[in-house]
Amino acid sequence: MKPILVAVGLSALFATSTLSADRLTVDPARAEAAIKAAFRAAPPDWQSRLIPDDTLSECSGTDNSPSAAQFEAIRKREAAKVAYPDDGKLLGDWKKGERLAQSGYGMRFTDYPPRNPNGGNCYACHQLTRHEVSYGTIGPSLLGYGKARGTTPEAVKEVYEKIYNPHATFACSLMPRFGTNKVLTVEQTKDLVALLMDPASPVNE
Amino acid sequence: MLTRRGALFAAAVAALAWCGTSASERSSLRGQETDTERAIEHYRQMLKDDPWSNPGLLDVDRGETLWATPRGPKNVSLEACDLGKGPGKVEGAFAELPRYFADADQVMDLETRLLWCMEKLQGFNRADIIKRPHPGGGQPVKELGAIATWIAHQANGARFAAPSAHPKEKEAVALGQALFERRSGPFDFACTTCHAEPGKRIRLQGLPHLASPEEARKVIGEWPAYRVSSTHVMTMQHRLYDCYWQMRMPELEFGSEASVALIAYLVNKADGGEITAPAIKR
Ligand code: HEC
Ligand code: HEC
Repeated sequence: MKPILVAVGLSALFATSTLSADRLTVDPARAEAAIKAAFRAAPPDWQSRLIPDDTLSECSGTDNSPSAAQFEAIRKREAAKVAYPDDGKLLGDWKKGERLAQSGYGMRFTDYPPRNPNGGNCYACHQLTRHEVSYGTIGPSLLGYGKARGTTPEAVKEVYEKIYNPHATFACSLMPRFGTNKVLTVEQTKDLVALLMDPASPVNE
Repeated sequence: MLTRRGALFAAAVAALAWCGTSASERSSLRGQETDTERAIEHYRQMLKDDPWSNPGLLDVDRGETLWATPRGPKNVSLEACDLGKGPGKVEGAFAELPRYFADADQVMDLETRLLWCMEKLQGFNRADIIKRPHPGGGQPVKELGAIATWIAHQANGARFAAPSAHPKEKEAVALGQALFERRSGPFDFACTTCHAEPGKRIRLQGLPHLASPEEARKVIGEWPAYRVSSTHVMTMQHRLYDCYWQMRMPELEFGSEASVALIAYLVNKADGGEITAPAIKR
Protein backbone atom coordinates (compact mmCIF):
# COMPACT_ATOMS: atom_id res chain seq x y z
CA MET A 1 0.00 0.00 0.00
CA LYS A 2 3.03 2.22 -0.10
CA PRO A 3 2.29 3.78 -3.50
CA ILE A 4 -1.02 5.10 -2.21
CA LEU A 5 0.56 6.92 0.68
CA VAL A 6 3.12 8.43 -1.66
CA ALA A 7 0.39 9.45 -4.07
CA VAL A 8 -1.69 11.10 -1.41
CA GLY A 9 1.33 12.95 -0.16
CA LEU A 10 2.33 14.09 -3.61
CA SER A 11 -1.12 15.17 -4.65
CA ALA A 12 -1.55 17.11 -1.44
CA LEU A 13 1.74 18.85 -2.13
CA PHE A 14 1.20 19.61 -5.77
CA ALA A 15 -2.54 19.99 -6.10
CA THR A 16 -2.67 23.69 -5.31
CA SER A 17 0.33 24.69 -7.37
CA THR A 18 -0.81 22.81 -10.50
CA LEU A 19 -4.28 24.21 -10.14
CA SER A 20 -3.42 27.85 -9.74
CA ALA A 21 -0.26 28.28 -11.77
CA ASP A 22 -0.73 26.24 -14.90
CA ARG A 23 -4.42 25.66 -15.43
CA LEU A 24 -6.63 27.80 -17.60
CA THR A 25 -10.31 27.61 -16.90
CA VAL A 26 -13.20 27.05 -19.22
CA ASP A 27 -16.81 26.32 -18.40
CA PRO A 28 -17.04 22.50 -18.19
CA ALA A 29 -20.28 22.66 -20.18
CA ARG A 30 -18.33 24.24 -23.06
CA ALA A 31 -15.93 21.30 -23.13
CA GLU A 32 -18.80 18.78 -23.08
CA ALA A 33 -20.57 20.57 -25.94
CA ALA A 34 -17.37 20.71 -27.99
CA ILE A 35 -16.82 16.97 -27.54
CA LYS A 36 -20.40 16.21 -28.50
CA ALA A 37 -20.06 18.25 -31.68
CA ALA A 38 -16.63 16.85 -32.57
CA PHE A 39 -18.00 13.29 -32.47
CA ARG A 40 -21.54 13.95 -33.66
CA ALA A 41 -21.28 11.30 -36.37
CA ALA A 42 -20.74 8.61 -33.74
CA PRO A 43 -23.40 5.87 -33.68
CA PRO A 44 -25.85 5.79 -30.73
CA ASP A 45 -24.12 2.87 -29.01
CA TRP A 46 -20.88 4.91 -28.91
CA GLN A 47 -22.41 7.92 -27.14
CA SER A 48 -21.46 6.60 -23.70
CA ARG A 49 -17.80 6.82 -24.71
CA LEU A 50 -18.12 10.59 -24.86
CA ILE A 51 -19.31 11.01 -21.30
CA PRO A 52 -16.88 10.76 -18.37
CA ASP A 53 -18.27 9.32 -15.13
CA ASP A 54 -17.81 11.09 -11.76
CA THR A 55 -14.43 9.50 -11.20
CA LEU A 56 -13.02 10.52 -14.58
CA SER A 57 -14.40 14.05 -14.20
CA GLU A 58 -12.69 14.44 -10.84
CA CYS A 59 -9.44 12.98 -12.18
CA SER A 60 -9.45 15.21 -15.28
CA GLY A 61 -10.41 18.24 -13.22
CA THR A 62 -7.36 17.85 -11.00
CA ASP A 63 -4.98 16.67 -13.75
CA ASN A 64 -5.00 13.28 -12.00
CA SER A 65 -3.83 14.74 -8.70
CA PRO A 66 -6.91 14.44 -6.48
CA SER A 67 -6.89 15.89 -2.99
CA ALA A 68 -6.49 13.39 -0.14
CA ALA A 69 -10.25 13.45 0.49
CA GLN A 70 -11.10 12.98 -3.19
CA PHE A 71 -8.55 10.18 -3.42
CA GLU A 72 -10.30 8.24 -0.66
CA ALA A 73 -13.79 8.91 -2.05
CA ILE A 74 -12.81 7.75 -5.54
CA ARG A 75 -11.06 4.68 -4.17
CA LYS A 76 -14.15 3.63 -2.24
CA ARG A 77 -16.51 4.30 -5.13
CA GLU A 78 -14.40 2.29 -7.56
CA ALA A 79 -13.78 -0.58 -5.15
CA ALA A 80 -17.55 -1.09 -5.09
CA LYS A 81 -17.45 -1.63 -8.87
CA VAL A 82 -15.24 -4.73 -8.77
CA ALA A 83 -17.05 -7.97 -9.59
CA TYR A 84 -15.56 -11.34 -8.69
CA PRO A 85 -15.99 -14.78 -10.28
CA ASP A 86 -18.78 -16.85 -8.73
CA ASP A 87 -16.50 -19.73 -7.81
CA GLY A 88 -13.96 -17.44 -6.14
CA LYS A 89 -11.11 -18.77 -8.30
CA LEU A 90 -8.90 -15.89 -9.44
CA LEU A 91 -6.06 -17.69 -11.22
CA GLY A 92 -6.44 -18.68 -14.87
CA ASP A 93 -3.98 -19.75 -17.56
CA TRP A 94 -0.81 -17.65 -17.82
CA LYS A 95 -0.24 -18.71 -21.45
CA LYS A 96 -3.53 -17.15 -22.48
CA GLY A 97 -2.65 -14.20 -20.25
CA GLU A 98 0.59 -13.62 -22.16
CA ARG A 99 -1.30 -13.49 -25.48
CA LEU A 100 -3.75 -10.99 -23.98
CA ALA A 101 -0.90 -8.87 -22.63
CA GLN A 102 0.58 -8.71 -26.14
CA SER A 103 -2.66 -7.92 -27.96
CA GLY A 104 -3.75 -4.31 -28.43
CA TYR A 105 -6.73 -5.37 -30.48
CA GLY A 106 -10.20 -4.11 -29.78
CA MET A 107 -12.64 -1.22 -29.48
CA ARG A 108 -10.99 1.15 -31.99
CA PHE A 109 -13.42 2.29 -34.67
CA THR A 110 -11.60 0.09 -37.19
CA ASP A 111 -12.08 -3.00 -34.99
CA TYR A 112 -15.78 -3.53 -35.85
CA PRO A 113 -17.20 -6.06 -36.41
CA PRO A 114 -14.72 -7.69 -34.02
CA ARG A 115 -12.34 -10.18 -35.64
CA ASN A 116 -10.60 -11.10 -32.37
CA PRO A 117 -11.28 -10.90 -28.65
CA ASN A 118 -10.22 -7.63 -26.99
CA GLY A 119 -6.62 -7.56 -25.77
CA GLY A 120 -5.21 -6.03 -22.59
CA ASN A 121 -2.24 -4.39 -24.32
CA CYS A 122 -0.34 -4.50 -21.03
CA TYR A 123 3.01 -4.30 -22.85
CA ALA A 124 2.03 -0.87 -24.16
CA CYS A 125 2.69 0.45 -20.67
CA HIS A 126 4.54 -2.25 -18.68
CA GLN A 127 7.60 -4.45 -18.84
CA LEU A 128 6.39 -7.96 -17.96
CA THR A 129 8.85 -10.60 -19.18
CA ARG A 130 12.50 -10.67 -20.22
CA HIS A 131 11.79 -12.05 -23.68
CA GLU A 132 9.57 -9.16 -24.76
CA VAL A 133 11.79 -6.11 -25.22
CA SER A 134 9.13 -3.97 -26.91
CA TYR A 135 7.40 -2.56 -23.85
CA GLY A 136 6.28 0.90 -22.76
CA THR A 137 7.03 2.83 -19.60
CA ILE A 138 3.80 4.62 -18.68
CA GLY A 139 3.31 2.06 -15.89
CA PRO A 140 5.91 0.46 -13.58
CA SER A 141 7.85 -2.66 -14.58
CA LEU A 142 6.01 -5.82 -13.52
CA LEU A 143 8.98 -8.13 -14.03
CA GLY A 144 9.09 -10.74 -11.24
CA TYR A 145 5.78 -9.43 -9.85
CA GLY A 146 4.47 -12.67 -8.31
CA LYS A 147 7.88 -13.75 -7.13
CA ALA A 148 8.31 -10.51 -5.22
CA ARG A 149 4.83 -10.57 -3.63
CA GLY A 150 4.20 -14.26 -3.06
CA THR A 151 0.99 -16.01 -4.04
CA THR A 152 -1.04 -15.50 -0.87
CA PRO A 153 -4.80 -15.20 -1.51
CA GLU A 154 -4.56 -11.51 -0.52
CA ALA A 155 -1.81 -10.80 -3.08
CA VAL A 156 -3.74 -12.62 -5.81
CA LYS A 157 -6.92 -10.73 -4.96
CA GLU A 158 -5.07 -7.43 -5.09
CA VAL A 159 -3.81 -8.09 -8.63
CA TYR A 160 -7.26 -9.15 -9.77
CA GLU A 161 -8.69 -5.90 -8.39
CA LYS A 162 -5.88 -3.85 -9.95
CA ILE A 163 -6.66 -5.17 -13.42
CA TYR A 164 -10.42 -5.04 -12.91
CA ASN A 165 -10.35 -1.48 -11.59
CA PRO A 166 -7.01 0.20 -10.82
CA HIS A 167 -8.71 3.18 -9.13
CA ALA A 168 -9.90 0.86 -6.36
CA THR A 169 -6.38 1.08 -4.93
CA PHE A 170 -4.84 4.05 -6.75
CA ALA A 171 -7.40 6.80 -7.45
CA CYS A 172 -6.82 8.53 -10.81
CA SER A 173 -4.48 5.79 -11.99
CA LEU A 174 -3.65 6.19 -15.69
CA MET A 175 -4.41 2.51 -16.22
CA PRO A 176 -7.73 1.55 -17.88
CA ARG A 177 -10.49 -0.04 -15.76
CA PHE A 178 -10.46 -3.23 -17.79
CA GLY A 179 -13.19 -5.04 -15.85
CA THR A 180 -15.49 -2.20 -14.86
CA ASN A 181 -15.40 -0.78 -18.41
CA LYS A 182 -16.08 -4.23 -19.89
CA VAL A 183 -12.90 -4.29 -21.97
CA LEU A 184 -11.88 -7.69 -20.59
CA THR A 185 -14.05 -10.53 -19.30
CA VAL A 186 -13.64 -12.09 -15.86
CA GLU A 187 -12.06 -15.16 -17.52
CA GLN A 188 -9.52 -12.98 -19.36
CA THR A 189 -8.75 -11.10 -16.16
CA LYS A 190 -8.02 -14.41 -14.41
CA ASP A 191 -5.59 -15.35 -17.18
CA LEU A 192 -3.76 -12.06 -16.66
CA VAL A 193 -3.66 -12.61 -12.90
CA ALA A 194 -2.00 -15.96 -13.65
CA LEU A 195 0.50 -14.28 -15.96
CA LEU A 196 1.60 -12.05 -13.09
CA MET A 197 1.32 -14.50 -10.18
CA ASP A 198 1.88 -18.07 -11.42
CA PRO A 199 5.41 -19.21 -10.47
CA ALA A 200 5.60 -20.96 -13.88
CA SER A 201 4.87 -17.72 -15.79
CA PRO A 202 7.76 -16.05 -17.65
CA VAL A 203 7.02 -12.93 -15.58
CA ASN A 204 8.47 -14.79 -12.59
CA GLU A 205 11.35 -16.59 -14.32
CA MET B 1 16.09 14.29 -59.57
CA LEU B 2 13.07 12.12 -58.89
CA THR B 3 15.08 8.95 -59.35
CA ARG B 4 17.66 10.17 -56.89
CA ARG B 5 14.96 11.13 -54.45
CA GLY B 6 13.38 7.73 -54.90
CA ALA B 7 16.66 5.91 -54.37
CA LEU B 8 17.48 7.74 -51.15
CA PHE B 9 13.99 7.14 -49.90
CA ALA B 10 14.13 3.44 -50.71
CA ALA B 11 17.40 3.21 -48.78
CA ALA B 12 15.81 4.83 -45.75
CA VAL B 13 12.74 2.59 -45.84
CA ALA B 14 15.01 -0.43 -46.14
CA ALA B 15 16.99 0.76 -43.13
CA LEU B 16 13.83 1.14 -41.08
CA ALA B 17 12.41 -2.15 -42.29
CA TRP B 18 15.63 -3.85 -41.32
CA CYS B 19 15.16 -2.59 -37.79
CA GLY B 20 11.62 -3.92 -37.83
CA THR B 21 12.45 -7.44 -38.94
CA SER B 22 15.43 -7.81 -36.69
CA ALA B 23 13.51 -6.45 -33.70
CA SER B 24 12.39 -9.76 -32.21
CA GLU B 25 15.85 -11.24 -32.53
CA ARG B 26 17.60 -8.47 -30.69
CA SER B 27 18.43 -9.23 -27.14
CA SER B 28 18.86 -5.74 -25.82
CA LEU B 29 16.20 -3.09 -25.91
CA ARG B 30 18.75 -0.31 -25.90
CA GLY B 31 20.37 -1.80 -28.98
CA GLN B 32 17.06 -1.89 -30.77
CA GLU B 33 16.14 1.67 -29.94
CA THR B 34 19.51 2.88 -31.08
CA ASP B 35 19.11 1.02 -34.38
CA THR B 36 15.78 2.68 -35.14
CA GLU B 37 17.08 6.05 -34.09
CA ARG B 38 20.20 5.51 -36.15
CA ALA B 39 18.13 4.68 -39.22
CA ILE B 40 16.05 7.84 -38.82
CA GLU B 41 19.19 9.86 -38.11
CA HIS B 42 20.77 8.38 -41.24
CA TYR B 43 17.73 9.46 -43.19
CA ARG B 44 17.87 12.95 -41.68
CA GLN B 45 21.51 13.18 -42.69
CA MET B 46 20.65 12.19 -46.25
CA LEU B 47 18.02 14.92 -46.22
CA LYS B 48 20.59 17.45 -45.11
CA ASP B 49 22.91 16.41 -47.94
CA ASP B 50 20.03 16.57 -50.36
CA PRO B 51 16.99 18.38 -48.99
CA TRP B 52 15.07 17.48 -52.13
CA SER B 53 14.97 13.82 -51.12
CA ASN B 54 12.15 14.50 -48.63
CA PRO B 55 9.09 12.81 -50.22
CA GLY B 56 6.86 15.35 -48.45
CA LEU B 57 8.16 17.96 -50.86
CA LEU B 58 6.20 16.28 -53.64
CA ASP B 59 3.06 17.28 -51.74
CA VAL B 60 4.44 20.77 -51.18
CA ASP B 61 4.72 21.12 -54.96
CA ARG B 62 1.29 19.56 -55.43
CA GLY B 63 -0.18 21.93 -52.86
CA GLU B 64 1.32 24.99 -54.54
CA THR B 65 -0.23 24.01 -57.85
CA LEU B 66 -3.60 23.23 -56.25
CA TRP B 67 -3.66 26.62 -54.51
CA ALA B 68 -3.24 28.47 -57.80
CA THR B 69 -5.50 26.28 -59.95
CA PRO B 70 -9.12 27.33 -60.56
CA ARG B 71 -11.19 24.55 -58.99
CA GLY B 72 -14.59 23.71 -57.52
CA PRO B 73 -18.10 24.59 -58.72
CA LYS B 74 -17.10 28.27 -58.93
CA ASN B 75 -13.91 27.43 -60.82
CA VAL B 76 -11.67 29.89 -58.99
CA SER B 77 -8.28 29.47 -57.36
CA LEU B 78 -7.58 29.93 -53.65
CA GLU B 79 -5.44 32.98 -54.31
CA ALA B 80 -8.02 35.27 -52.67
CA CYS B 81 -8.08 33.15 -49.50
CA ASP B 82 -7.18 35.16 -46.39
CA LEU B 83 -5.03 33.10 -44.02
CA GLY B 84 -4.84 35.95 -41.54
CA LYS B 85 -2.31 38.23 -43.17
CA GLY B 86 -4.61 39.42 -45.98
CA PRO B 87 -6.00 37.75 -49.13
CA GLY B 88 -3.42 35.64 -50.93
CA LYS B 89 -0.64 36.31 -48.40
CA VAL B 90 0.91 32.93 -47.71
CA GLU B 91 4.46 33.50 -46.56
CA GLY B 92 4.73 33.16 -42.78
CA ALA B 93 0.95 32.89 -42.34
CA PHE B 94 1.20 29.45 -40.74
CA ALA B 95 3.29 30.82 -37.85
CA GLU B 96 0.30 32.93 -36.76
CA LEU B 97 -2.35 30.20 -36.80
CA PRO B 98 -4.69 29.23 -35.22
CA ARG B 99 -6.27 32.70 -34.97
CA TYR B 100 -9.64 34.39 -34.81
CA PHE B 101 -11.24 35.21 -38.17
CA ALA B 102 -13.94 37.88 -38.05
CA ASP B 103 -15.59 36.73 -41.29
CA ALA B 104 -16.25 33.28 -39.81
CA ASP B 105 -16.51 34.56 -36.22
CA GLN B 106 -14.40 31.69 -34.98
CA VAL B 107 -10.86 30.56 -34.29
CA MET B 108 -9.43 28.43 -37.10
CA ASP B 109 -6.29 26.39 -37.63
CA LEU B 110 -4.70 26.21 -41.07
CA GLU B 111 -6.71 23.22 -42.29
CA THR B 112 -10.04 24.53 -41.02
CA ARG B 113 -9.32 27.87 -42.68
CA LEU B 114 -8.53 26.15 -45.97
CA LEU B 115 -11.77 24.21 -45.69
CA TRP B 116 -13.60 27.50 -45.17
CA CYS B 117 -11.96 29.07 -48.24
CA MET B 118 -12.69 26.01 -50.37
CA GLU B 119 -16.33 26.21 -49.32
CA LYS B 120 -16.84 29.98 -49.54
CA LEU B 121 -14.56 30.87 -52.46
CA GLN B 122 -14.58 27.75 -54.59
CA GLY B 123 -18.05 26.48 -53.71
CA PHE B 124 -16.98 23.02 -52.56
CA ASN B 125 -19.40 21.14 -50.32
CA ARG B 126 -18.01 21.03 -46.77
CA ALA B 127 -19.75 17.76 -45.96
CA ASP B 128 -18.13 16.04 -48.96
CA ILE B 129 -14.65 17.15 -47.94
CA ILE B 130 -14.90 16.20 -44.28
CA LYS B 131 -16.43 12.80 -44.99
CA ARG B 132 -13.07 11.15 -45.64
CA PRO B 133 -10.52 13.88 -44.99
CA HIS B 134 -7.46 11.71 -44.34
CA PRO B 135 -5.55 9.30 -46.57
CA GLY B 136 -5.32 5.57 -45.83
CA GLY B 137 -1.87 4.02 -45.36
CA GLY B 138 0.18 4.33 -48.55
CA GLN B 139 -2.25 6.84 -50.10
CA PRO B 140 -1.04 10.40 -50.69
CA VAL B 141 -2.34 13.18 -48.45
CA LYS B 142 -5.64 14.58 -49.71
CA GLU B 143 -5.75 17.84 -51.68
CA LEU B 144 -6.54 20.07 -48.71
CA GLY B 145 -3.68 18.44 -46.81
CA ALA B 146 -1.27 19.01 -49.70
CA ILE B 147 -2.18 22.70 -49.78
CA ALA B 148 -1.70 22.88 -46.00
CA THR B 149 1.71 21.26 -46.39
CA TRP B 150 2.77 23.88 -48.93
CA ILE B 151 1.55 26.74 -46.74
CA ALA B 152 3.31 25.38 -43.63
CA HIS B 153 6.47 24.97 -45.73
CA GLN B 154 6.19 28.63 -46.72
CA ALA B 155 6.64 29.52 -43.03
CA ASN B 156 9.80 27.47 -42.58
CA GLY B 157 12.34 29.23 -40.41
CA ALA B 158 9.63 31.37 -38.79
CA ARG B 159 8.69 30.83 -35.14
CA PHE B 160 5.19 30.17 -33.82
CA ALA B 161 3.54 33.39 -32.71
CA ALA B 162 -0.19 32.69 -32.79
CA PRO B 163 -2.14 35.77 -31.70
CA SER B 164 -3.84 35.58 -28.29
CA ALA B 165 -5.41 38.99 -27.76
CA HIS B 166 -8.92 38.11 -28.90
CA PRO B 167 -11.14 36.59 -26.18
CA LYS B 168 -12.02 33.70 -28.50
CA GLU B 169 -8.33 32.96 -29.00
CA LYS B 170 -7.85 32.84 -25.25
CA GLU B 171 -10.91 30.66 -24.91
CA ALA B 172 -9.68 28.26 -27.59
CA VAL B 173 -6.41 27.67 -25.72
CA ALA B 174 -8.25 27.14 -22.43
CA LEU B 175 -10.74 24.79 -24.07
CA GLY B 176 -7.83 22.95 -25.68
CA GLN B 177 -6.21 22.42 -22.31
CA ALA B 178 -9.46 21.12 -20.81
CA LEU B 179 -9.83 18.69 -23.70
CA PHE B 180 -6.17 17.67 -23.48
CA GLU B 181 -6.75 16.62 -19.88
CA ARG B 182 -10.27 15.24 -20.35
CA ARG B 183 -10.59 11.50 -19.82
CA SER B 184 -13.37 9.39 -21.33
CA GLY B 185 -14.01 6.31 -23.43
CA PRO B 186 -13.65 2.62 -22.53
CA PHE B 187 -9.92 3.01 -21.82
CA ASP B 188 -10.34 6.14 -19.64
CA PHE B 189 -7.69 7.88 -21.74
CA ALA B 190 -6.91 11.56 -22.10
CA CYS B 191 -4.09 13.11 -24.13
CA THR B 192 -2.32 13.43 -20.79
CA THR B 193 -2.27 9.62 -20.43
CA CYS B 194 0.43 9.52 -23.08
CA HIS B 195 1.82 13.05 -23.36
CA ALA B 196 2.02 14.45 -19.82
CA GLU B 197 5.45 13.29 -18.71
CA PRO B 198 8.87 13.48 -20.30
CA GLY B 199 10.79 10.35 -21.32
CA LYS B 200 7.84 7.93 -21.52
CA ARG B 201 7.14 5.49 -24.31
CA ILE B 202 4.28 3.27 -25.45
CA ARG B 203 5.79 -0.04 -26.57
CA LEU B 204 8.97 1.38 -28.18
CA GLN B 205 7.49 4.64 -29.44
CA GLY B 206 8.72 7.72 -27.67
CA LEU B 207 5.96 10.00 -26.39
CA PRO B 208 6.63 13.73 -26.42
CA HIS B 209 5.62 15.65 -23.28
CA LEU B 210 3.39 18.03 -25.19
CA ALA B 211 2.29 20.06 -22.15
CA SER B 212 5.89 21.21 -21.76
CA PRO B 213 6.93 24.18 -23.94
CA GLU B 214 10.40 22.75 -24.35
CA GLU B 215 9.18 19.52 -25.96
CA ALA B 216 6.22 21.08 -27.77
CA ARG B 217 8.56 23.60 -29.46
CA LYS B 218 10.62 20.71 -30.80
CA VAL B 219 7.81 18.76 -32.48
CA ILE B 220 4.73 20.88 -33.23
CA GLY B 221 6.45 22.91 -35.98
CA GLU B 222 7.31 19.67 -37.78
CA TRP B 223 3.68 19.12 -38.88
CA PRO B 224 2.40 18.42 -41.50
CA ALA B 225 5.05 15.70 -41.50
CA TYR B 226 6.07 12.86 -43.79
CA ARG B 227 5.52 9.60 -41.91
CA VAL B 228 7.80 6.82 -43.05
CA SER B 229 5.64 4.09 -41.45
CA SER B 230 2.53 5.06 -43.42
CA THR B 231 4.44 6.54 -46.41
CA HIS B 232 2.45 9.73 -46.64
CA VAL B 233 2.22 13.23 -45.31
CA MET B 234 0.09 13.40 -42.20
CA THR B 235 -1.42 16.74 -41.16
CA MET B 236 -2.04 17.87 -37.57
CA GLN B 237 -5.80 17.25 -37.93
CA HIS B 238 -4.95 13.72 -39.04
CA ARG B 239 -2.50 13.26 -36.15
CA LEU B 240 -5.23 14.11 -33.63
CA TYR B 241 -7.75 11.88 -35.42
CA ASP B 242 -5.25 9.05 -35.08
CA CYS B 243 -4.61 9.69 -31.38
CA TYR B 244 -8.38 9.63 -30.73
CA TRP B 245 -8.50 6.33 -32.63
CA GLN B 246 -5.94 4.92 -30.20
CA MET B 247 -8.03 6.34 -27.35
CA ARG B 248 -10.98 4.19 -28.54
CA MET B 249 -12.99 7.30 -29.22
CA PRO B 250 -15.15 7.80 -32.33
CA GLU B 251 -13.87 9.52 -35.47
CA LEU B 252 -12.85 13.10 -34.73
CA GLU B 253 -14.65 15.47 -37.07
CA PHE B 254 -12.30 17.40 -39.31
CA GLY B 255 -12.34 21.08 -38.44
CA SER B 256 -14.47 20.60 -35.33
CA GLU B 257 -14.14 23.20 -32.59
CA ALA B 258 -12.50 20.58 -30.33
CA SER B 259 -9.83 19.79 -32.93
CA VAL B 260 -9.04 23.48 -33.43
CA ALA B 261 -8.93 24.09 -29.67
CA LEU B 262 -6.47 21.23 -29.17
CA ILE B 263 -4.26 22.64 -31.93
CA ALA B 264 -4.53 26.14 -30.39
CA TYR B 265 -3.39 24.66 -27.07
CA LEU B 266 -0.48 22.75 -28.65
CA VAL B 267 0.68 25.77 -30.68
CA ASN B 268 0.39 27.94 -27.57
CA LYS B 269 2.72 25.51 -25.77
CA ALA B 270 5.02 25.57 -28.81
CA ASP B 271 5.08 29.38 -28.93
CA GLY B 272 8.50 30.50 -30.18
CA GLY B 273 9.27 27.09 -31.68
CA GLU B 274 10.64 26.99 -35.20
CA ILE B 275 8.61 25.71 -38.15
CA THR B 276 10.38 22.98 -40.14
CA ALA B 277 7.51 21.38 -42.08
CA PRO B 278 7.22 18.85 -43.57
CA ALA B 279 9.59 17.00 -41.23
CA ILE B 280 10.25 13.27 -41.35
CA LYS B 281 8.60 11.08 -38.70
CA ARG B 282 9.03 7.38 -38.03
C1 HEC C 1 -2.23 3.11 -20.30
C2 HEC C 1 -1.26 2.50 -19.47
C3 HEC C 1 -1.48 1.15 -18.83
C4 HEC C 1 -1.96 -0.02 -19.37
C5 HEC C 1 -2.45 -0.27 -20.78
C6 HEC C 1 -1.89 -1.00 -18.32
N1 HEC C 1 -1.40 -0.42 -17.18
FE1 HEC C 1 -1.05 -1.37 -15.41
N2 HEC C 1 -0.47 0.40 -14.57
C7 HEC C 1 -0.36 1.59 -15.22
C8 HEC C 1 0.05 2.62 -14.28
C9 HEC C 1 0.28 4.09 -14.61
C10 HEC C 1 0.20 2.00 -13.03
C11 HEC C 1 0.61 2.66 -11.68
C12 HEC C 1 -0.58 3.20 -10.98
C13 HEC C 1 -1.45 2.16 -10.37
O1 HEC C 1 -0.97 1.34 -9.56
O2 HEC C 1 -2.63 2.10 -10.70
C14 HEC C 1 -0.14 0.59 -13.25
C15 HEC C 1 -0.10 -0.38 -12.26
C16 HEC C 1 -0.28 -1.73 -12.47
C17 HEC C 1 -0.13 -2.75 -11.45
C18 HEC C 1 0.29 -2.49 -10.00
C19 HEC C 1 1.76 -2.28 -9.92
C20 HEC C 1 2.27 -2.15 -8.50
O3 HEC C 1 3.17 -1.36 -8.30
O4 HEC C 1 1.77 -2.86 -7.62
C21 HEC C 1 -0.41 -3.95 -12.04
C22 HEC C 1 -0.37 -5.32 -11.38
C23 HEC C 1 -0.74 -3.67 -13.42
N3 HEC C 1 -0.65 -2.32 -13.64
C24 HEC C 1 -1.10 -4.65 -14.37
C25 HEC C 1 -1.52 -4.37 -15.65
C26 HEC C 1 -2.01 -5.37 -16.58
C27 HEC C 1 -2.10 -6.86 -16.30
C28 HEC C 1 -2.37 -4.72 -17.73
C29 HEC C 1 -3.01 -5.25 -18.97
C30 HEC C 1 -4.25 -5.92 -18.85
C31 HEC C 1 -2.07 -3.31 -17.52
N4 HEC C 1 -1.56 -3.15 -16.27
C32 HEC C 1 -2.27 -2.33 -18.47
C33 HEC C 1 -0.62 1.82 -16.57
C34 HEC C 1 -1.13 0.89 -17.45
C1 HEC D 1 -2.67 5.83 -26.03
C2 HEC D 1 -1.61 6.76 -26.22
C3 HEC D 1 -1.90 8.14 -26.76
C4 HEC D 1 -2.89 9.02 -26.43
C5 HEC D 1 -3.96 8.85 -25.38
C6 HEC D 1 -2.68 10.20 -27.25
N1 HEC D 1 -1.59 10.03 -28.05
FE1 HEC D 1 -0.71 11.45 -29.24
N2 HEC D 1 0.70 10.11 -29.80
C7 HEC D 1 0.79 8.80 -29.36
C8 HEC D 1 1.86 8.13 -30.05
C9 HEC D 1 2.27 6.66 -29.87
C10 HEC D 1 2.46 9.10 -30.90
C11 HEC D 1 3.65 8.91 -31.82
C12 HEC D 1 3.18 8.18 -33.02
C13 HEC D 1 4.29 7.84 -33.96
O1 HEC D 1 5.47 7.96 -33.62
O2 HEC D 1 3.95 7.43 -35.05
C14 HEC D 1 1.70 10.33 -30.71
C15 HEC D 1 1.98 11.52 -31.36
C16 HEC D 1 1.32 12.71 -31.13
C17 HEC D 1 1.70 13.99 -31.71
C18 HEC D 1 2.92 14.23 -32.59
C19 HEC D 1 4.11 14.37 -31.70
C20 HEC D 1 5.44 14.38 -32.43
O3 HEC D 1 6.35 13.68 -31.98
O4 HEC D 1 5.60 15.08 -33.41
C21 HEC D 1 0.81 14.91 -31.26
C22 HEC D 1 0.81 16.39 -31.58
C23 HEC D 1 -0.15 14.21 -30.42
N3 HEC D 1 0.20 12.88 -30.36
C24 HEC D 1 -1.22 14.80 -29.78
C25 HEC D 1 -2.15 14.11 -29.01
C26 HEC D 1 -3.38 14.69 -28.50
C27 HEC D 1 -3.81 16.13 -28.69
C28 HEC D 1 -4.04 13.70 -27.84
C29 HEC D 1 -5.41 13.72 -27.23
C30 HEC D 1 -6.50 14.12 -28.07
C31 HEC D 1 -3.21 12.52 -27.88
N4 HEC D 1 -2.09 12.80 -28.63
C32 HEC D 1 -3.50 11.32 -27.24
C33 HEC D 1 0.00 8.20 -28.41
C34 HEC D 1 -1.10 8.78 -27.80
